[in-house]
Amino acid sequence: MLVTENVPAFVKCRRVCKSNLSALRCFKFRKNMKEVSNDELFAPGHRGCAGCGCTVAMRLALKVAGENTVATHATGCMEVISSPYPETAWRIPWIHVAFENSAAVASGVEAALKALGKKDKVNVIAFGGDGGTVDIGLQALSGAMERGHDMLYICYDNEAYMNTGVQRSGSTPYGASTTTSPSGSHSVGNDRPKKDMPQIIAAHNVPYVATASIAFPLDYMAKVEKALQVKGPSYIHIHASCTPGWGIPSDKGIEIPRLAVDSGMWVLYEIVNGNKRVTYKPAKKQSVKSYLKMQKRFKHLDEPAIEHIQAEIDKNWDKIFGGKS
Amino acid sequence: MRYGSIITDFGNSVNYKTAGWRTYRAVIDPDKCIECGNCWIFCPEPCIYKVGEKFEVDLDFCKGCGICANECPTDAIEMILEEK
Amino acid sequence: MQKLDQDKPFRDVMDGNGAVVEAVRLCDVQVIAAYPITPQSHISEGLAKASANGEIDSEYIKVESEHSAMSACIGASATGARVFSATASQGLALMHEMLFAAAGLRLPIVLVNCNRALSAPLNIQNDQQDSITERDSGWIQLYCETAQESLDTTVQAFKIAENPSVMLPVMVCLDGFVLTHTVEPVDVPGKDDVKKFLPDFDSKIFLNPKKPMTIGAFAGSDSYTEFRHENEEAIQRSLKVIKDVDKEYGKLIGREYGLIEEYKTDNADVILITIGSVAGTIKEVIDENEYGSTGLIRVKCYRPFPKNELLKALSKAKVVAVIEKDISLGLGEGALYSEIKGLLYNSNNKPKALNFIVGLGGRDVTSKYIKEIIYNSNKALDSKVQEVTWVGLKEEE
Repeated sequence: MLVTENVPAFVKCRRVCKSNLSALRCFKFRKNMKEVSNDELFAPGHRGCAGCGCTVAMRLALKVAGENTVATHATGCMEVISSPYPETAWRIPWIHVAFENSAAVASGVEAALKALGKKDKVNVIAFGGDGGTVDIGLQALSGAMERGHDMLYICYDNEAYMNTGVQRSGSTPYGASTTTSPSGSHSVGNDRPKKDMPQIIAAHNVPYVATASIAFPLDYMAKVEKALQVKGPSYIHIHASCTPGWGIPSDKGIEIPRLAVDSGMWVLYEIVNGNKRVTYKPAKKQSVKSYLKMQKRFKHLDEPAIEHIQAEIDKNWDKIFGGKS
Repeated sequence: MRYGSIITDFGNSVNYKTAGWRTYRAVIDPDKCIECGNCWIFCPEPCIYKVGEKFEVDLDFCKGCGICANECPTDAIEMILEEK
Repeated sequence: MQKLDQDKPFRDVMDGNGAVVEAVRLCDVQVIAAYPITPQSHISEGLAKASANGEIDSEYIKVESEHSAMSACIGASATGARVFSATASQGLALMHEMLFAAAGLRLPIVLVNCNRALSAPLNIQNDQQDSITERDSGWIQLYCETAQESLDTTVQAFKIAENPSVMLPVMVCLDGFVLTHTVEPVDVPGKDDVKKFLPDFDSKIFLNPKKPMTIGAFAGSDSYTEFRHENEEAIQRSLKVIKDVDKEYGKLIGREYGLIEEYKTDNADVILITIGSVAGTIKEVIDENEYGSTGLIRVKCYRPFPKNELLKALSKAKVVAVIEKDISLGLGEGALYSEIKGLLYNSNNKPKALNFIVGLGGRDVTSKYIKEIIYNSNKALDSKVQEVTWVGLKEEE
């Protein structure tokens, strides 16, 4: 299709664009994108897999937090790929100690910054994978949230202990095949539902709790900004893909988490002082099958299992999104 | 005096060029590009950076994952096989 | 912060834990993260009370476990603050992973450990198994005999830890109940003197956005060995620093202790070796003993192991009897005994060596037991005596 010089840029791009955004949404999107910082506080050269979804979560959080940030990190994929001595991908002060204590170390950092009179100007962010948050890290996180430290905890959830070889975690969804919950003639894979971590944290009276997805970067970054403005604890649980762990082609690392949200498998919401508000309602509800079939970890699921998962989502759809779409 | 595995040269992972990891490299066609920023925001490295209003790929780091090409709404990015 | 008369030096009666609280008050600690456990609890409580009354100006993190206590201490120390924690037995064991992390990260954390037996079976009373089990962790370990020494050692611990050639965490050990809960007269130094002795903490390790650092990078097989060697060099350097700090404290405040304490060891044929408050009982028995020339070495600095000082002190001994409150199960003897034997292996003097396991789980080490030990040690001068004895072991019915 020929596009001449005299056609306004707006019309030109509407003609060739494959995305389904309305003109208004596109305009808003462009405007917000222009306001995103150009700073890259997470440097390339890290050892992350091609198509890693979790690195997007790191990068975008730091774009919002800025250079006046101290981060603590649990052992896991993001820690290992970003800090192979003598190299580091972090352009902010950063500390890694162990697998289960990111939140406890962050508590110490926050208290020390307070004692040194520097806390007002410095953000404290604690990072942890789903393993280091939902399972082994639960105690430290619960303690830190309950004590009310002025910090943000970001859990990047790729739904298994990916760094050590895709073992199941408390955050692995029903039916996922992992190395410690493999599918087989006697097994559907992981046979437990996903631990609802955001609700657990909300029960600690944390002023700001949110879920996010790497496929919705502006929503995520707006939530990080809101969280950092809270003078107290805040928690963000971001869904991120894993190319080897989910068994997906490396270029689908954003498309599949987007399907997770559009099919209702992952809901984007925030809880502000106890009041829950959904921040994104899928324009068109996708079938759960379209999401599951793209990933090797769900390939073994038969029709009854998929229908069971779909039924669970349908049951809750109206309750979550309020009425007909 | 060294104190354990502390690294003071922050961001020095850029010394490790991950170009050798890729089988395909991303190439952006500036004429088709509508400057939406999708490729820039989703790149896991990141190795896509702004040049004025347009975007360019830093081939020192592109691992060839193809996310940028998949997310581009106008198919302005092509993944070219590295022939070497 | 309220300025009370307590800024001047004063003398009062207090127990070991109370002395520790005074020491922390004097040292301008910035972050405290501690989890209560018997017999440490009234350190946590004393510090909380002092905080509530404005006598201490620190951030007090009421952590939810000892593992988190040490994790928070690591985070706070890495940020550049002076930190303090205290624990005992099960708590120290729970912190085990973090003890290695703290030493490997070269953070000058001071921890007071109230020596208590390890479960199972559960026992809340004194023995030294808990801290001796952590001897490989890379922490400096200093053991105290009296409440006065507990205060002095805790103050010195910060200075030792923060020395730029050391930068290692220090564990100050007090015998649970026996020392932590026993009231003694203590001279508390004035705040100004301690300030002269211990200036503000100016760390080379810090988490500061103005100068970003990555702390805790992972090291592959190509660099890990060198990091461990570096730790060993640091703890060996600390031997001199501990001696120097002790001397400086002695000059300024008036008390010094050395790496080991020698009591009537000149010309002694039999030398007893022990750690901690049981030395007090032993000294009294030695004074009244009728069995021949017997002396005592109290090892104050257990890690780094004061090899040269011990070799010199043992150079003329004919019998060495190690009295300790721990057992290395499967080795058939105590840890300290095994290390003393190892030390003597390549030395010119090879005295007979005996091991007496006492006081496990808080069983009182009475003067009767000490007299037995001295008797047997003297007997060993010319006849065969059992090498390892569990003193006071009850026979099975």
